[in-house]
Amino acid sequence: MHSLVFIKQVPDAAQVRINYETGTLIREGVPSIINPFDAHAIEAAVQLKDKYGGNVSVISMGPPMAKEILKKALAMGADKVFLLSDMVFAGADTLATSYALWAGAKKVAEEVGSIDIYWTGKQAIDGDTAQTGPGIATRFNIPLVTYAVEIKEVDKQNKKIKVSRLIDGGMETVEVPLPCLITTEETINTLRYAPLPYLIKAAKTSVVLLNSGNTEIDAEQCGLKNSPTKVKKAFTPPKREKGEMLEGNDEKTLNALYDKLEPILKQCGKL
Amino acid sequence: MKKKDFDVIIVGAGPAGLAAAYKLSTAGIKVIVIERGAFPGAKNVMGGIFYRKAMEDLIPDFEKTAPLERHIIEQKVWLLSEDSALSGGLRSEKFNKEPYNCYSVFRAKFDKWFAERAKEAGALIITETVVKEPIIENGKVVGVKTDRPDGDLYADVVIAADGINSLLTKALGLRESITPDKVALTVKEIIGLPEKVINDRFCLNNNSEGATIEITGPFFEGMVTMGFIYTNESSISIGLGTIVEDLVKHKVNINDLLEKLKNHPIVKPLIAGGEIKEYMAHMIPEGGYFAIPKLYTDGFMVCGDAAMLVNAVHREGSNLAIESGKLAAETYLKAKEAGDFSAKTLSVYQKKMKNSFVLKDLKMYRHLPKMMEEKRQLLTKYPQFAIDAVYDMYNIDGVPKVDKIKAIKKSIGKLGYIRMAKDMFDLWRKVR
Ligand SMILES: Cc1cc2nc3c(=O)[nH]c(=O)nc-3n(C[C@H](O)[C@H](O)[C@H](O)COP(=O)(O)OP(=O)(O)OC[C@H]3O[C@@H](n4cnc5c(N)ncnc54)[C@H](O)[C@@H]3O)c2cc1C
Ligand SMILES: Cc1cc2nc3c(=O)[nH]c(=O)nc-3n(C[C@H](O)[C@H](O)[C@H](O)COP(=O)(O)OP(=O)(O)OC[C@H]3O[C@@H](n4cnc5c(N)ncnc54)[C@H](O)[C@@H]3O)c2cc1C
Repeated sequence: MHSLVFIKQVPDAAQVRINYETGTLIREGVPSIINPFDAHAIEAAVQLKDKYGGNVSVISMGPPMAKEILKKALAMGADKVFLLSDMVFAGADTLATSYALWAGAKKVAEEVGSIDIYWTGKQAIDGDTAQTGPGIATRFNIPLVTYAVEIKEVDKQNKKIKVSRLIDGGMETVEVPLPCLITTEETINTLRYAPLPYLIKAAKTSVVLLNSGNTEIDAEQCGLKNSPTKVKKAFTPPKREKGEMLEGNDEKTLNALYDKLEPILKQCGKL
Repeated sequence: MKKKDFDVIIVGAGPAGLAAAYKLSTAGIKVIVIERGAFPGAKNVMGGIFYRKAMEDLIPDFEKTAPLERHIIEQKVWLLSEDSALSGGLRSEKFNKEPYNCYSVFRAKFDKWFAERAKEAGALIITETVVKEPIIENGKVVGVKTDRPDGDLYADVVIAADGINSLLTKALGLRESITPDKVALTVKEIIGLPEKVINDRFCLNNNSEGATIEITGPFFEGMVTMGFIYTNESSISIGLGTIVEDLVKHKVNINDLLEKLKNHPIVKPLIAGGEIKEYMAHMIPEGGYFAIPKLYTDGFMVCGDAAMLVNAVHREGSNLAIESGKLAAETYLKAKEAGDFSAKTLSVYQKKMKNSFVLKDLKMYRHLPKMMEEKRQLLTKYPQFAIDAVYDMYNIDGVPKVDKIKAIKKSIGKLGYIRMAKDMFDLWRKVR
């Protein structure tokens, strides 16, 4: 049971502030972290390794600094980590990103053996599109299970996996053949406090560097130039205004409240 | 004992621990450093002026790659009152020639860099892990327990470089918890300003020249306090440290005191228009020589702040930490040759320290902390008197100088000739 987890380096959202004048994020001094959903994907993969054996690899596409989150991934129990870093990837949108990651994943498989489960987080907390995982699955032409909340069962013999996933208004359990790609919700598990031997191993293991030179990648499908998504405009949503308070428990206040709510409820068809 | 995992376990990745780690790793010793911060330096605070010498002995060309801000060419001391500053110090072109005497640094960057050097030399550095206690077998320290699952580690020797609150030295009974009279609470702000503005305000020729100001005097209301203003490349560090007991006695909040300092009419223009980039707080051991614990026991040595190695008068600490880490490492290498890590062999460390500038300097100032505590006039009345006297002499108001000198003599009389002479003599004798 070999796993490959895709993780993205994101700014620690809790520490990002917005410059309302320029409408941009103040990234200065904000530490980078593993996209929170991706951390749960790593944990899910490590749990399967603990149960069924195999290895867990992790790959990230990003600047050299992303080495640090890969080191963290090792400390969480990953066996091998890969950084896909090259100027030709710069400015990639989700199409170009999933292409590059797909190409990188094939290279990883050459090194660690064929992969049974690919994992991504359900979405990145900065880009938020939730398209990268599906993009990779499509290129591999393998089943895709999004928003996973529980791994029910792995049938190693028949190469199948049963997964519960969130859907609108409920949950469903699906069974898919392996290899497949699973995108994870945070609720799929709780992160463990990594044991010391993992940390020691992490300190001893180095990040494998992949680039367009040592990976079979078509530069014509990478980077800003080959990203069909164009950012037209970026703006900051206006600061939320303070709500209006009505106080009192008499009919007058109640009527005032009704008068305020009625047009809104009518407008959205609830009245 | 369980099989040892490493030759040496070092607790704490500050200057002391990293110096030991670097020295041992370059000698081929298997070293692990356990650090609780997210990365080495994450929470470490210093003024901070970093002295070249001790580091150069360890890594001769460190200046080529280390993240250093400015080399210091001017060091001043201010005796500060509510409205005046009597200033002394030295600016010298001698300090403007390589090798430079000292630099301003940011510990968050510096420790990270230092840790990378130690890693390159072969040390293993583990972060986000807290050492909880020593593992003792047959009266010997044989390892440490960490807060991680499967977190016990074993080695020949444990070196404690875990800073001022050193859990390990306390657990081994070498040291008590520090009392409020032997520790200063220090706060510091980093205030961002354009390089050019800093150069102009401190009369510096370029972004690599730096200046420092140390501040004491009646402005701090008789509390044992040292303020500081240091220039970084594009920011100014301003802060102060006060003995905790004094803060409690005077019911003063240290942050208010820093605010007051920042708003002092002489300080304010130096930082005007700047943006606060960072705020930090940390403790400094101020107990001096008499607070230093025994530096070793079976399978164990202690370095840096954990051993109270701070020279408050000269704001030296990081260099004492590095020197002690280096000497502990040398001692381990000797012990390894002998194949014996008992207290008897490790006592060499104490001897090495005794012969080094570290304990010699601290010994010289040994009576000073107590004297400052007892003779508050050294911090209040005398500096105020000096400020007033100089003011009188500089103030040309038609009063003849002879009369002025007479008046000054009269106020010395009020302060008490004999007492002042005795205090001054004491002070001189105690730092001799
Ligand atoms: C024109 C344009 C230019 C851009 N330029 C840049 C740029 O220069 N630098 C930049 O960082 N971003 C850039 N982006 C953003 C970038 O396209 C997206 O962040 C990226 O494609 C992933 O999309 P997402 O953040 O919505 O992730 P989602 O699709 O929401 O992510 C889902 C999951 O996919 C995986 N994943 C996503 N990205 C990566 C990755 N890089 N490595 C490994 N796994 C990953 C993670 O598991 C994640 O949880 C640009 C976008 C556009 C449109
Ligand atoms: C505001 C201020 C200004 C100063 N100015 C100067 C100056 O200008 N020049 C100068 O030379 N010195 C200065 N000093 C003193 C100097 O900072 C210290 O003497 C020096 O940092 C001591 O180094 P150290 O390695 O012993 O301890 P530290 O730098 O405190 O490092 C100890 C390390 O151990 C870690 N640790 C602690 N407990 C544990 C545990 N249980 N498990 C794992 N890790 C642990 C800590 O996280 C830390 O990283 C100043 C100090 C302060 C507070």
